[in-house]
Amino acid sequence: MLDIQNLNVVFGTGRLRVEAVKNVSFTVKQGEAYGLVGESGSGKSTVLRAICGLAPITSGRVIVDGKEVTTPRTKDFYRTAQMVFQDPYASLHPRHTVDRTLSEPLAIHGVKDAEARILQALKEVGLGPSFRFRYPHQLSGGQRQRIAIARALILRPKVLLLDEPTSALDASVQAEILNLLDDLRRQLGLTYILVSHDLAVVAHLCERLLVMRHGEAVEETPSDALRSGLATNEYTQSLIQASQGFTRNSSSAAA
Amino acid sequence: MTKPLLEVEDLRVRFHLRTGTVEAVRGVSFHLGRERLGIVGESGSGKSQTGRAILGLTPPPGDVTAKRLSFDGIDLQTASKRTLRQLRGGRISMVMQDPKYSLNPVMTIGEQIIEAYQAHKKASNAEARDKALAMLEAVKMRDPQRVFSLYPHEVSGGMGQRAMIAMMLVTDPDLLIADEPTSALDVTVSMEVLRILDELVSERGMGLIFISHDLKLVSSFCDRVLVMYAGRVVEELEAKNLREAKHPYTQGLMRCLPTLKDDVRPLPTLNRDPSWAL
Repeated sequence: MLDIQNLNVVFGTGRLRVEAVKNVSFTVKQGEAYGLVGESGSGKSTVLRAICGLAPITSGRVIVDGKEVTTPRTKDFYRTAQMVFQDPYASLHPRHTVDRTLSEPLAIHGVKDAEARILQALKEVGLGPSFRFRYPHQLSGGQRQRIAIARALILRPKVLLLDEPTSALDASVQAEILNLLDDLRRQLGLTYILVSHDLAVVAHLCERLLVMRHGEAVEETPSDALRSGLATNEYTQSLIQASQGFTRNSSSAAA
Repeated sequence: MTKPLLEVEDLRVRFHLRTGTVEAVRGVSFHLGRERLGIVGESGSGKSQTGRAILGLTPPPGDVTAKRLSFDGIDLQTASKRTLRQLRGGRISMVMQDPKYSLNPVMTIGEQIIEAYQAHKKASNAEARDKALAMLEAVKMRDPQRVFSLYPHEVSGGMGQRAMIAMMLVTDPDLLIADEPTSALDVTVSMEVLRILDELVSERGMGLIFISHDLKLVSSFCDRVLVMYAGRVVEELEAKNLREAKHPYTQGLMRCLPTLKDDVRPLPTLNRDPSWAL
């Protein structure tokens, strides 16, 4: 479904040259969920942004659904892949109603039965038709993220690019959104690429994941291996440890 | 434990709005010695407002009342603005959530720490400078000299947060209120920041109020945890006994987190019982 070969992303030139992504390759099969994990600045979001055209591809190949992507991306591409951003407080237009937010992609792609599609999309993300004419400020964080997911799904894409979809949300709301994403994937046969710094979230949603650091791929591992603590890489181990919560080191434990 | 450092009894924070009065904090009581207390809750549960009310930082039109709100014998409600100013930053400090918004963008980090120090302690510029550098070193900055002369936009989130901790601890406060100090940071960086915070708190014997929405984190870091829901404390327990939480809300919060160990699907979600808010 998605094939990334030797992807490099470079920003700036000369002294300001930053190699944000260095030689990253991975493939994702149809219907699979693939995770990208790492600390901030590891280039995990940049990979995602390079796929959907928000960051330049300096070299390497990105093949989505059997076709190599072109710059600028075609309309067809956006019917195949859609993105959900981290902060639902920032990614929805504050002065557009839910109805207008959802009808924009439909208008761009010339979809006829907008009315039915909007109602269907709202239903899919577990919101009733009563939410259709609300503004973002009238919604809670979790509801906003549901709208952002509905907007991504309304064109019936095959691939969903999720950039930290739950890190701006409360723990209890995070569980709801994760369940929703899980259900939608099963119902619609979607392919996910999930970026997160939370190892537990990635392991929950994805079958395989790639650990990144300083723009390079550190290790690719199935999430089952992570569960049983089989990660070989030292950096992955430190991420696992960090996700277990705070542990006092020996010196302060004695104090 | 001797006399508590901070006593809060029946704290209420109300906001009188055009649309009616919203009570953000409804009768919170607790006391704190030289220990680590965690306050956990979802957004809107009033945990941050509790922290702010202690410092008298409730934004207008907020209205704070309490039967008792005293810090080391000083009644914070009747204290003059002058006394409060001396307490704030001097004996009680607060670390805010996001270093991007809480550091002064047009002052170098060093100048800001010096300013905080000289506002409360009589010290020559050279003394304050040494103190600031020592503090930057205490928060494990690799190159304190360099960080000293950097502006906030030139440092990463983790460094900014450590700089803020340095600024807040330079005056040797007795009580530190940390409002989601690591929510804007990465897991690995936040562990580093917490470790620094932990060391400094135990070294200096400070009291710490740690406000967070991350139950797992709080329970591993603090001695005691208050769980807040809709402006009330629904449960208070020892952090190590968190597994034996009685209130359905606390239990729900514990269960809804995905864990690496076991694979539960779908994740249990919280069914909010309206009676919890009563």
